[in-house]
Amino acid sequence: MSVHLVLFLAFGAVAVAGAINLLAQTHPINSALSLIAVMAALAGEYLLLGAEFVAAVQVIVYAGAIMVLFVFTIMLLNAGVEEHTQGSRVAVMFGIPGMLLGSLLVAWVLLRHSGTEAVAAGALPGSPTTIGPLLFHEFLLPFEITSILILVAIMGAVVLASKPPSAPVPPRKGD
Amino acid sequence: MVPLSYYLVLSGILFACGVTGFLIKRNIITIFMSIELMLNGVNLSFVAFAAHWHALAGQVFVFFVMVVAAAEAAVGLAIIIAVYRTRETLNVDQVNLLKL
Amino acid sequence: MTPNLNLWLIPILPLAGAAINGFFGKKSSRTAVSTIALVFCGAAFVWALSVAWRFSSLPEIPHQEYLAHWIRSGSFVADFAFYLDPLSLVMLLVVTGVGFLIHIYSVGYMWDDPGYYRFFSYLNLFMFFMLTLVLANNYLVMFIGWEGVGLASYLLIGFWFTKDSAASAGKKAFIVNRIGDFGFLIGLFLLIQHFPSLNFTDVFEGVPRLTPGAGTETLLTTVGILLMIGACGKSAQIPLYVWLPDAMEGPTPVSALIHAATMVTAGVYMVARSHVIFERAPIALTVVAIIGTLTALFAATIGITQTDIKKVLAYSTVSQLGYMFMACGVGAFSAGIFHLMTHAFFKGLLFLAAGSVIHAVGGEQDMRKMGGLRSYIPWTFLTMGTATLAIAGIPPFAGFWSKDEILWKAYQQNWVYWLIGVITAFITSFYMFRLLFMTFWGDYHGIQVDAHGRVHAAHGDDGHGEPHESPMVMLVPLMILAVLSLVGGWVGIGNRFEHFLAPVFGSGEVAEAGKEAATNFTEYLLMGVSVLVAALGAILAWVLYVSKPYLPQKIADGFGSFYEAVLNKYYVDELYAALFVKPLVDGSTRILWQGVDRKVIDDSINDAADGARHVSDNVRHMQSGNLRSYAGWIAAGSAAVIAYMIWLGVGR
Repeated sequence: MSVHLVLFLAFGAVAVAGAINLLAQTHPINSALSLIAVMAALAGEYLLLGAEFVAAVQVIVYAGAIMVLFVFTIMLLNAGVEEHTQGSRVAVMFGIPGMLLGSLLVAWVLLRHSGTEAVAAGALPGSPTTIGPLLFHEFLLPFEITSILILVAIMGAVVLASKPPSAPVPPRKGD
Repeated sequence: MVPLSYYLVLSGILFACGVTGFLIKRNIITIFMSIELMLNGVNLSFVAFAAHWHALAGQVFVFFVMVVAAAEAAVGLAIIIAVYRTRETLNVDQVNLLKL
Repeated sequence: MTPNLNLWLIPILPLAGAAINGFFGKKSSRTAVSTIALVFCGAAFVWALSVAWRFSSLPEIPHQEYLAHWIRSGSFVADFAFYLDPLSLVMLLVVTGVGFLIHIYSVGYMWDDPGYYRFFSYLNLFMFFMLTLVLANNYLVMFIGWEGVGLASYLLIGFWFTKDSAASAGKKAFIVNRIGDFGFLIGLFLLIQHFPSLNFTDVFEGVPRLTPGAGTETLLTTVGILLMIGACGKSAQIPLYVWLPDAMEGPTPVSALIHAATMVTAGVYMVARSHVIFERAPIALTVVAIIGTLTALFAATIGITQTDIKKVLAYSTVSQLGYMFMACGVGAFSAGIFHLMTHAFFKGLLFLAAGSVIHAVGGEQDMRKMGGLRSYIPWTFLTMGTATLAIAGIPPFAGFWSKDEILWKAYQQNWVYWLIGVITAFITSFYMFRLLFMTFWGDYHGIQVDAHGRVHAAHGDDGHGEPHESPMVMLVPLMILAVLSLVGGWVGIGNRFEHFLAPVFGSGEVAEAGKEAATNFTEYLLMGVSVLVAALGAILAWVLYVSKPYLPQKIADGFGSFYEAVLNKYYVDELYAALFVKPLVDGSTRILWQGVDRKVIDDSINDAADGARHVSDNVRHMQSGNLRSYAGWIAAGSAAVIAYMIWLGVGR
């Protein structure tokens, strides 16, 4: 029972609990807060795997920016408790079994082939000094494209969320 | 020492929860959050494999996934706001005009 | 070296005339149309005469000319080729000669008809097909002509196609003909199977070489009977005669040409041509004779009661055709052809004269409304009288020689044939003189007619309200045919005609010459009997229709329902309608139309369309606009894909 394993189980439990809580809560704000908890737990998992940069980015960007955006939107739109409406039978009848089947299959395959090799804690240190060169040398093109992507997304979001133009004011008589 | 498979199982559980949330939740924003949950699960498996095979490219990929997730979240939420303005509801079952 | 007579010109010239009139006739004047028709038909006649002139100098009989290659399939060869021997020469001259006269007559008769150009086009087309039939050197080309004359007959019977009865009569003729053609075709197939050729020379040389035995007998008998079925259809014998009386719906020149002189004789020609087959199949010959004899009697009895002048002549034609088949059936093929020739003259004349009568009384065809026309239309009366004497068999007119020849040969085979033939001759004489007396004697019972048409402007003064004579263009053919009805039989004196046809039919008949001397007395006795019988018929007709005109009605009442039956043609048409037509039409309606066409074909397409619509209706629900169901499908689908890929991967 190494420390590694204990920490893994701890963070993992938090993540799973947060995920299940996301499903269980009816008010979206509660779901959002659960998601933040999941992300924090995942950041811990990344640290266990030695991905320091990724963990930091996870906390700063994912939990800190994206989730904040979510919370802002929830509060802006004054989202209330979910109503109960007739959902889709297909989703429940086909989707959940399908999803379960898919996950089980994938899990089975992965387990068969990956075996029980252990991953050492901090096996692959992913500090900015190691990730940086990768990012700016081999993955330069995707890096630049994603920057354009973000630009486009910003513009799109601004356009989509802006107020629709109001009706033109008719010219006054005498002008 | 934690076997790789444990990480993958955790990742799978998170992904499954994400899909389930997508299927059973009625609030659009909650559905979006389920999508984010799915992405997180996938990120975890990427990092786990990167550590397993000593390939830093896995972590770089996670970086990109997060960027895309951010962009998508921004645009998606803007759409939600636009839909809310016209339909006054966040219930996904009532946004169903695009049907035959 | 066989000279080339260019036989192909004879059929092709009328075809050219038909084409020209058919394509350009509508816009041309009537003079132009008639000129074209007469020129091309006349040219064919002239060419036939020139062929006849050169006939005696031909080195080889039969003389064959090859025109074009048609079917070469394995060992089966059938080409467009022509065959000339005494038989086809006789037919050729009859068809072109009588045909040409009738063309001239039609110029006058059809002058006022709006379909003038169409008439002459069809008439020339008919000549083409008939000449093809007569000149063919193999059964297949003959069949082309056979079918073609059926087509021309249909077109011409239904010439006034706006009249329902005419259109139906045309259909009836064609359909009944087709039934006969079916038999004909099966016979041809049997010939192909066994010979394997349809050329006359191949078949007729092959038949004697067949080993005698039961198999050959059966084959030839079957072929003979099947060919006879075809002849029954075309030549209106029992049981396929029903179309001929209805065919009187067509214009009178059509009745004269097609249904008296030429088309209906095609069956006789075909049987005579195939005599080699028949001579080795005595059962078939007997069948031919019996059918001919019965038809002769049967049709004659119906002729007694008819009141429409053309219908009397129609039944008379059926009856006379029966005589021709009787002749062929007892082996006297040349006698049959002889009667064919004389019949063309006097029956053609009878029809044309009847047309002249109808023209004179303004379209009336019921004899009861005629009478006393002797003084109004003397030329028509004279020519029609000549023809009546001819058909009754009074010497020295043509009919006497040919009919007597047949009766003599029939007597030599079996006296029953002779007896029925004599009785029929009596009846024939009776109804023909009845026709003559009802039309031309007594008082005129008809309504006053107005002068009509440009042609009658010439007799404008006597045209009003009274029957008037026909114009010269109609009378001249009548006169020519009357002369032929008088002298046409004289070629038979001294068996000259028989000798002429000997190269075709073999010397078997000529060998009778030896027997003749011994039985001369019998022959003269029988001749006397037939003349006596004809005279009796005439006298009876005189008594009933001139001296004591009240008698016929009393006699008819005396016979009661039997008279009714005869008047209604023994209800044969009704019988056929109930036995064949109605079940066919009903079956076709219920099974083929409502069952197959509607239910199977239409419904299957409709159901396919409906099915497609149902399926798409149900699939439509997949696109409900509901996001969650989309997600559900995506999850299920991706699970399936993943499963499949795993299964692929694991399998390896």
